[in-house]
This record gives sequence, C-alpha cells and structure tokens, in this order.
Amino acid sequence: MPPIASIDLASLAISTAKIIGLVFLVIMPMVAYSVWAERRVSAAIQDRVGPNRVGWAGLLQPMADGLKFILKEDFTPGHVRKGYYWLAPALTMIPSLLTCAVLPFGSRLFGEKMVIADLDVGPLFVFAIASLSVYGIVLAGWASNSKYPFFGSVRSSSQMISYEIALGLSIIPLLMIHGELNLGRLVQEQAVNGWALLPLWGESLSLKGFVLAIPVFVSFLIFTTSIFAETNRLPFDLPECETELVAGYHTEYSSMKFALFFLGEYAAMIIGSGLAVTLFLGGWSLPFGWLAPESTTAEVPLWHGLVHIGAFFAKVIVFIVFFIWVRWCLPRFRYDQLMRLGWVWFFEIALANIALTAILLAIFK
Amino acid sequence: MATIVVKRPKLKWWEKLYLPALIGGIGVTIRHFVRTLTGRTKVTMQYPEEKWNDHLPEWYRGAPALVTDEQDRERCVACQLCEFICPPRAITITPEEIASDDKWAKVEKRPREFEIDMIRCIYCGLCEEVCPEQAIFLRQEYAITGTSRAEMVHDKKKLYEIGGKRVGLVNKWNALK
Amino acid sequence: MSDEQKPAVEMVDVQIDGEWHQFPKGTRMIEACRQAGRDVPHYCYHPKLSSPGNCRMCLVEMGMPPRPRPGEELKPDEDGHLPIQWIPRPAIACANTVAPNMGIRTDSELTRACRHGVMELLLINHPLDCPICDQAGECRLQEFSVEHGNGASRFRENKVKKPKNVAIGPRVRLDDERCIMCSRCIRFADEIADDPVLGFTDRGSHTTLAVHPGRELANNYSLNTVDICPVGALTSNDFRFQMRVWFLKETESICTSCGRGCNLTIGGREGEVHRLTPRQNDAVNSAWMCDHGRLNFHYLNSELRLTDPLIRGEAGHETATWAQALKTAAAALAGFGPNEVAVIASGRLTNEELFMARQFAAAVKSEFIDIVPRLGEADDYLAAADRNPNTLGAKLILGLENPGAGLKSIRDGIAQGRIKALVALQENLVDDAGFSAGDLGKLEFLLATYPLANPTAEAADVVLPGAGFAEKRGSMINLTGRLQRLNRAHAGPGQTREPWEILRDLIQELGGGNGIYRADDVFAAMAAEIKEFAGLKLADLPADGVALLDTGETVPLLDRERERKAKGVIVG
Repeated sequence: MPPIASIDLASLAISTAKIIGLVFLVIMPMVAYSVWAERRVSAAIQDRVGPNRVGWAGLLQPMADGLKFILKEDFTPGHVRKGYYWLAPALTMIPSLLTCAVLPFGSRLFGEKMVIADLDVGPLFVFAIASLSVYGIVLAGWASNSKYPFFGSVRSSSQMISYEIALGLSIIPLLMIHGELNLGRLVQEQAVNGWALLPLWGESLSLKGFVLAIPVFVSFLIFTTSIFAETNRLPFDLPECETELVAGYHTEYSSMKFALFFLGEYAAMIIGSGLAVTLFLGGWSLPFGWLAPESTTAEVPLWHGLVHIGAFFAKVIVFIVFFIWVRWCLPRFRYDQLMRLGWVWFFEIALANIALTAILLAIFK
Repeated sequence: MATIVVKRPKLKWWEKLYLPALIGGIGVTIRHFVRTLTGRTKVTMQYPEEKWNDHLPEWYRGAPALVTDEQDRERCVACQLCEFICPPRAITITPEEIASDDKWAKVEKRPREFEIDMIRCIYCGLCEEVCPEQAIFLRQEYAITGTSRAEMVHDKKKLYEIGGKRVGLVNKWNALK
Repeated sequence: MSDEQKPAVEMVDVQIDGEWHQFPKGTRMIEACRQAGRDVPHYCYHPKLSSPGNCRMCLVEMGMPPRPRPGEELKPDEDGHLPIQWIPRPAIACANTVAPNMGIRTDSELTRACRHGVMELLLINHPLDCPICDQAGECRLQEFSVEHGNGASRFRENKVKKPKNVAIGPRVRLDDERCIMCSRCIRFADEIADDPVLGFTDRGSHTTLAVHPGRELANNYSLNTVDICPVGALTSNDFRFQMRVWFLKETESICTSCGRGCNLTIGGREGEVHRLTPRQNDAVNSAWMCDHGRLNFHYLNSELRLTDPLIRGEAGHETATWAQALKTAAAALAGFGPNEVAVIASGRLTNEELFMARQFAAAVKSEFIDIVPRLGEADDYLAAADRNPNTLGAKLILGLENPGAGLKSIRDGIAQGRIKALVALQENLVDDAGFSAGDLGKLEFLLATYPLANPTAEAADVVLPGAGFAEKRGSMINLTGRLQRLNRAHAGPGQTREPWEILRDLIQELGGGNGIYRADDVFAAMAAEIKEFAGLKLADLPADGVALLDTGETVPLLDRERERKAKGVIVG
C-alpha cells in the first residue's frame, strides 16, 4: 500500500476508472438485469411467461422500468420529515455500492490489481459499511411518519443487528484458518491451495484440509442465510412484508426514490453474493489451480486476467440466481421464528464453530 | 362455538432442520422451471398477437348483438323483453311501426333505435335467453373498446354488424301469414 | 252495510269451496266467489255490462240439495245446511245467481278441467303475436294461459287467418286473429256509448269482429273498448308500440280535462307519461273516461316544455336559477302599490295552489284575483261543459261568485294604467283569457308560470316553469262537489316546480317564511282556514275521494248505470 499522501494523478485516474468500470458498467447493469432475471425466473417457476414485451425476450424491460420510474411523479406526502425522507433512499443505495470497493473481482489486468481498494481489513470494511444501510431503512420508516413504514423499519433494524452478529462470527473460522483479512490475498491463497469449500488441490488436499472444511461449511451456511436476512430478501423480508405492512418502510415512497430502495436491495444482493464468492468459493480463481498466478504480485497474462474477471462474475451470477431461486421456494418466516433463528441458533452455532475451528487448528498445527 | 382442533404434526428432528424441506422445495421449483423452459407447461396466451377468435366455443358469451334471418329481415320486433330483463339496464329500445308499404309490414313492429351500453353490459346472456324472436345473441366479440362513453354504446347498425345473418332459426313470420 | 236502513234483502247461504257464506239474493255467482276471495277467471263478464256468458271461462262446478223422494225429508246438519248434490255438468258463474243452499266449487277437478279445455280452444287460432302485441303483460289470455292453460299446443292444422291491423276508428286498431269473441266491445258500444257499430260476422271458427260497413268506431268513448278488451285485439293508436306496459309506473290521479274529474291511472316511465287509463269510481266515472281526456296529456312530453326559469334581459329571455328569478320577480312586485298588481289564477290549479294564490294576492296587496273560465260542450255521458277541473275549488277558496267576471275589470285596469303588473298562474292569457298582446305590452311587469312556451310567456318579464297535472300533488273539487287527490307520477322536466312551490317561494321572498314544505302543509293550512276542509288531511283522502259539497249535479252516464243495475241487467 502506498502512503496516502503520495497519491499521484495516475493512480487516481486508474482508481476512478476502476470505480466507474465496476460500479456503473458492471454492478448497475447487473442490478437492472437481476430484476429482469428475477421476474423471468420466477415466472418460469410459476408456469408463467414473465416480461417478454420490451425488446427480445423482454431484455429491454429494465430500461423501460427505469424510464418509467424517472418519469413518474415524484410525490412527497405532506406529513413526512422532508430532509430525512429525501436522505433515506440515498443511504440505502450508497453503502451497498461502497462495499464493492474491497471486492477483488479479478487478478490483474495491465499490471493493475482488479480491486478498487486493496484494504487489509476487507471483511471488516464490508461489515462496517453494510451496517450503515440500516440507517437508510430506519430513516425511511421514521421520516415517513406513517405506521406501516415505521413498523417495517423497526423490524428491519432489529433484524439486521441480529444477523450482523451471526454474519460477523460466521467468517471468523475462515479468517482463523487463513490468518488473513486481505481479500485479495485470501483469494490468491484459495486459487493456489483450494477453495474454502472445495479443498481438492494444493495444500488443502490433505486430512487437515478436509477436516477444516467442516467448520467452513457451517460458516458458509450461516453466512449465506445471514446475507439473506441482511439484504431483506425472502424468506426474511419481514420489513416489507406486504400482507402485514403494505410495503414496509418504502410505503410512502414513489418514483425514483422508491426505485433507489429497490435498486439498493438488489445491489446489496450482488455485493453479498460477491462476498460469499470471494470468501468461500475462491473469488475470481478457477478450480484446481488452473491459470492461478503464483502470488498476488506475480504478473498475469492479459487473457488470464480476463478469464479471472469472467470467472468471478460467473460465480456471482450463479449465486444471484440462487438468491432468486430461494425467494420463490420458501415461505416467509414469522418474526419470532426469525429472531429465534438468529439469536438462539445461528449465534450459538457460530460461537461453537469458532471453538471447533480453534480446537481443530490446535490439533492439526 | 364450534371449533375444529387441527392436530399439529409432530416433526422429526431432521424435519425441524428445515433444510430437507428447502431442498425438496428447490426440487419442485426446478421441475417447474425446466418444464416451462422446455415448453412442456402450457402458459398464457400472448394476447394481442394470439387471439381467442378461433378458440372460442359457439356458446361463448361475448357482446350481445342483433341478427337478421335468411331473408335479411331484422328478427327483432322491439318487444323490449330484453330491456326489461337486463339486470344492469344496459339496453334501450325505441320501437316503431313498420310502414304499410314495407315488405314485412305484417310484422308490424321493429326497433327504431336499439342501443346497448357496453359499459353497463355484464354479458349475462339473459337478453338472449328471454328473446321470444331469437333476435339477440351473445357473439364471440369480446374486445370492445372505445375512447368515450358514447363510443361504447352499440347502436342498431353496429349491433347488426356484429350479429350478422343467422340461419336455421324458427321463422314464424315467414309462414303463411 | 246495515240492514235496518235498507229494504230487507233476503240473504241466502252459499257454500263456496267448502265454506258457507251469506249473500243477498240475486248476487251473481261470480261476484259471490269474488267476495269470498275465490276469484273465478273470466273474459266476457264485466260488471258494468250485460252478461251474455259466451266465453265459458267462468265455468264452475255447482250443486244444489237433492230432490227428496216422496215421503223423505232431507236432514239438515247442525248448522242447518242441507246436503249438496253436485251437478255433473258445469255452470257459468257470470250469468247465474246464487240460490239458497247452493254449492260452488271453484277449484275442483271438473272446474280445472273446464278451464284447461276452454283455454286450449281459445288458443287454437290465437297467433304468436305476444312480442308485438301491446296487451302483452296485462293480457288475460296470457295470465290464464299460465294459470290454467296447457304448456304446448296439440293443434296441428293451419290456424284460421283473419284480418289484422284494421283501423276500425280514428283511435282504435283491430286485430281479428287475437280476438277471442268475448263481445265486451260490442256490448260497450251498444250499451254504454249508444253507438252500436261493432258486431260479429261469419260463424264458427271464422267468427270475426267487424265494424258496420260504412261506419267506424269514432265516438268519444271508443278507447274504453281497448281497456276492456281482455286480449290485444283492440289497441289504441295513440299508445300503440309506445311502451310495454310492464315498464309503466302506475300512479292514481284524476283527469284535469273537464270538471268531471274522472279517476284515472297515469302510466309513466322515467319522467314521461305514456298513457292514461280510467280507474273505477262509481261516484264519478264508473269505469270509463272520454277519449279527449285520455289523450290530453301529450303536451306534457312536448318539446315546448319550459324547463328553466327565464328572466327577460336585453337580448330576450335568459335562463336563470330559481333564486335569481324569484328575487327578480319579488323585487319587481314589491315596488307596486296596493291594487296595482292583478293575479289571474286558473281553474286548473289545485286547491292548494289556489290557496297559495290567495295568500300571494294578499302579499302583493291586490284585490284583483280571478280565474279564466273555460267552457266546452257537455255530452250525455261524462264530459262536462265546464272544462276547468277545479272551478268549485276556485269559487270556494278565492271566494268567487261568478268566475271570470273580474277579468274585464282587470283588462280595463291595465288599459287605464291602474293595474301595472300582472301575475298569470298556469294560464295563457292571450289565447284563453281574451287578453291582447297590446294589453300585455302596457304592463310594467308580467310574471307568468306555465308548463309550455306560449305568447303570454313570450311577453312576460319573468317566466317560471310550472309543473303539469301528472307532476304535481294536490286536491281538486269536481262538479259534483267531490274532493279528489292528484298524485305526482314523477318530477317535471328540468327545473320545473309545482305551482304551489313557486307561490310559496314568491311569498317568502316578499314577506318571509310560512312553514310550508309540502302540498300537505298547504292543505293543513287551508283546512284550518276554510271550514269545508276542516278535519280533512290530504294524505288521508281515499283513492276515490270524499263528497265535500252538495251541488245537485248529476252525471247522465251514472244515472243510466244505476237504472240498469236496478233492473238487474248489470252487476254495477
């Protein structure tokens, strides 16, 4: 890491290019198309057709929706606290996009690391920023000055706080095993020595690797489930549960402000998928060490770099489809079940998992 | 108060784990997904491109319309029974006497105006059922649109246009009169 | 009915469907059954006409006590009734009278079979005209066919063809195929209208109702034949194909075309009058009314109807709201001194309206109030010479000795400039009251109410649309002194108001409230002031009215009816 004071224009330009490239050229279109995918996949699951009118197979539907959202009347009800009401959608969207800064979405391209900010505290940064999105929801509920949004936001905040603990604890075994908080190096390690969930090559192709895969798998289950809860996706979408709360915290929102909540949810889903892929599924690396660079500093041929980027997003897309799929398979949890699952089961299991990892690590020193 | 006690099934420990049900559910959805994608599931008709026209049965209850007989006589004699029976009062008939020099003067009566307000019509078919002259039928016409209330009122001309000629009915006025 | 006052009529015991009743001797069996609540279906029988007994629909099973063998005595039961021996052949109920210890069965096997058979025969040649027949919906043939008829016809031959759509008079159309030969119309024309132009020709299946060659059914009562025709053989040219009868909302009211005040039923639908039919009142019109009165309603549906208050502006009349029009009129009238305003009321106003007119005249400090007399020719039946329906009411309420006598002094007053303003209530002064356009031109202010646009309204400064007779509620006194009620069939078109409402509002504009909200309130105020009305309430007036004054007036048609009834020709 170069010292902050010595940021030069070239690296600034490169960073800006990476931000624009990742956020606006990749994440945002992915958000739009995951909405389309959600609608088409759910339609297929439910024996329907889904949006197929705009463009071929409805592929231009996201554009049409976006245009519609922009053109719709942006109505601000008279009874809301205007400042917070306006702030809330931004606060939901921004943290989701911020967290993508530390995700390594590729190895190297033109000698540049394919990560916006190569922090040494990647997962911590992600959790820290992701927690902020709860403010957006709480503010939305509070500023709407209306009972359903309020209920929704209260639910949301307690749900997110609860699952953040499980989320944080769930990845500790992984960090213990790798002794690494830098996501880039974590991926490099997995590329060479087997994915956390797939210890089938390199160093992890050993008894130790197989045994340690048990706590990692438990971690993965808790992590994935908690990501569902963190992103307010079914089966944990109680904050916007329509049968009870109309539309939850965004009941009073319309037009593009509503769209920001909507996009924020999908952005969080994409980032969550990216994190899960990075931590458990080897990030941008290919299985069995194919095309794996020797180290994080080693030069990578151009086509290797491109393949790695492709691999990362392919994995993310698979994960997103999994997200979508789960939504159309499971009924919504009851609120007490949700809380019970978070505090009684996941919290305890995650703690036990840490202890188990510690013991296993002590045994297989 | 009558109560029904529904016994809550006692779950086994693996059922309580939730995961088997989850996997089963995913299995169900995958089956539907694949079937839909491979075209084995029948899905909704793509309406504006595909139309119902050829699929509708003869007895389909679409827009009510007036019909003429083989000799192009308007079958309606303005008895106003349909106007009477019509539950939403969609029908308005103004009768008139058929002029004595008309070919069908012996029928004596016909509608001068026959209006069906298609905003009101509920396609119940009582008009067809009550008609003693077999003059009004619910036809296959189902896409009835207009840009104003007035346009949604079908007048006599429009009703005969939709109804057309209908053969094979009892022609009591033609016989021996 | 108290027997002490009437000459003793012998009462006979009759068993009807197993129950014993008592009827005066001479009662027709059909009437006895009706009074016992067992209606017998019939076509030819009409209580106001003679009974030829030719439709055979009223056949009932009848029985009498058996003739005892010599030396044998019939044993009465504990109530004193003798046993009944039922006669195997049915008898017509319309032309036979009850006898002591008679038995009648209106619902027996035999009676039902008779009705069934008669219906089947009547329907043999009847055409399937119901969809185009005006009688459909109030047709006895339809009703009895449902009650007593067969579901399907067994007749496989060709039906007999007869003349259809024949104009037998200027107002009546005949369809011979529908005729069931009950002869009611023939008897009416002969017995009531004294115009025997109808009759049957040919025989058997081919019997045809016809009008006498070279004559037509043109008398002023011809449309009554349409009413009494139990099927659709006779239809009214006026009502023909206008509206199906089942749509008509029926309102009981009275005719306002002359002083007779014939009781009638208004058949209207959605704010439009479609026909008037007579309503039986044996003290006024029996069961009939004249064609003139019956058809005198078309002006209510006329295009000339006034629908909005009009105020004369610089460019002629302009529509205004009631508030504006009343304010304008009251402001103008308040500017005149005593007796500078004259009020011309009308003999077509109800008592309530006349009472309000009197109040109004007092409010504008005028002694000039009169009505426009309207005379026609009386006939020997119902029509009266006085063509105003409420002359008696005007005399009584306005205190007029000689209605119309004051009109000349009003005209003179206008000519001399003493009378500067005129209020015409539901009258057309130019055509009916002898006023010229020049007279009206001299006025400083003319207020007119009328249902239709007319020359008076044309000359008026303020025109207020007044309701017609079918659109208002109130009471009138006919020439025999009978107080009868008009009921409102529906609201008048547009902004039309009832005349009493207009007068009330004008009085309120001139002087303040008077606590009158309904026609009934006016009647109550009137009953408090005029002794003849004391104790009466408008809502409580019976449908056939109450005798209020004794005028000595007689109705020729009713006199003859009483005569025939006394002779036993009709039931009455």
